Amino acid sequence: MDITIHLNDGVPIYRQILNQVKYLVASGLLQPGEELPPIRTLALQLKVTPNTIVKAYGELEASGVIHKRRGSGTFVSDTRPQLALRQRRRVIEQRIDALLAEAHQLNFTDDDILRMVRERRAAMDESGAEPADDKKEVKR
Amino acid sequence: MEEQVVEVTGLSRSFAQKQALEGVSFRATAGQVYGLVGSNGAGKTTLLKHLLGLLRAATGTVRVFGLDPVRDPVGVLGRIGYLSEERELPEWMSVDELMRYTQAWHPSWDAAYARELLETFGLDSSKKIKDLSKGMRAQAGLIAAVAHRPELLILDEPSSGLDAVVRRDILDAVVRAVADDGRTVIFSSHLLDEVERMSDHVTLMHQGRVALSGVLDDVRRDYQRSRVHFAQHFDQPPVLETALLMDGGGRAWSVVHSGSAEQFRRAVLARGGEIVESRDATLEEIFLARAGRSRPQAEAA
Repeated sequence: MDITIHLNDGVPIYRQILNQVKYLVASGLLQPGEELPPIRTLALQLKVTPNTIVKAYGELEASGVIHKRRGSGTFVSDTRPQLALRQRRRVIEQRIDALLAEAHQLNFTDDDILRMVRERRAAMDESGAEPADDKKEVKR
Repeated sequence: MEEQVVEVTGLSRSFAQKQALEGVSFRATAGQVYGLVGSNGAGKTTLLKHLLGLLRAATGTVRVFGLDPVRDPVGVLGRIGYLSEERELPEWMSVDELMRYTQAWHPSWDAAYARELLETFGLDSSKKIKDLSKGMRAQAGLIAAVAHRPELLILDEPSSGLDAVVRRDILDAVVRAVADDGRTVIFSSHLLDEVERMSDHVTLMHQGRVALSGVLDDVRRDYQRSRVHFAQHFDQPPVLETALLMDGGGRAWSVVHSGSAEQFRRAVLARGGEIVESRDATLEEIFLARAGRSRPQAEAA
């Protein structure tokens, strides 16, 4: 499972893991029924305390994204996550707020941003859904 | 099984003229990882030595597995794995002899695990400790500390002076201790990145006192780092309520603040500024804010 942790993100590690798993599921890179790595394996891979993985998996399970099969591991669930609309909005709104602040700082207008969103979506669709690297430079 | 693996209350201790620990309280629950940070001389090693019964509490109480490590060393030490900062090991022994010596003290010694680690590390077990490189000493000490699968693993600066490969070995051992057996780890470190990744709880010590202690994610949320832009140019950091640390210059400043976010926001506005971005502070920023040397601040006009 391709997950990257950034320590200077300001986002707690368990939430970074949680968000990336959700993204992998939402984008189809993790299929329903596919098995997630055991807690110990992922903790060793990411070099984080296993309790962080426990917390991330716990929340993913609570929101129905994954489920534990008795004795045999953790799997992606078949149903879509049942997050309330308000919760889903909040997640995206936080990212939009951060984006707008950075954009303002870098002298981009709101129209620039909207245009770039459409451009990035088009590029993603074309290249087969490779997730954009947060750190990539956006060329003006 | 006791609920608290470690319970230290009001611990104070001085050496000669120096107050090494003052009113230190610290708790550790089973199955969690505790990161201990602080400058050299802050009291981390002194605290850990009390847990091992190497030092007796002058004031306050120390309980490990519910027992006093000084009065009940057998009951306590057999259940602890310890890697000291100086990697104190019997120089004249071979690695093999060290393993057998340690095994004699710990009935729970897992010979297969010890062999697996020796192989993974590529350690020649016939070599004498005194002939080992720094990294190999740490590896030997680590095996001796973890192979008996102790309920409590205490690592004092385990990564100091070691290359990335050996550091990874140590982190792996910590992960396995917690993930496999729900055991407890307390480690002190200067490598704050490692502490951020590997700790469930963090305790910052400063000049013998506990400056802060809590669940890592909660502590990080209590401290925010904001980027602020001011209309006017400042040569010295402007005074802002709740700000602990300021970096930058001119009109653009980076502020670590704690407490009321609303109060900070109003303080920024009052000085003609705008908050561009806010995020949870990193452990390094919190460390510098609470235990660093402060920069003189410009008084309010």
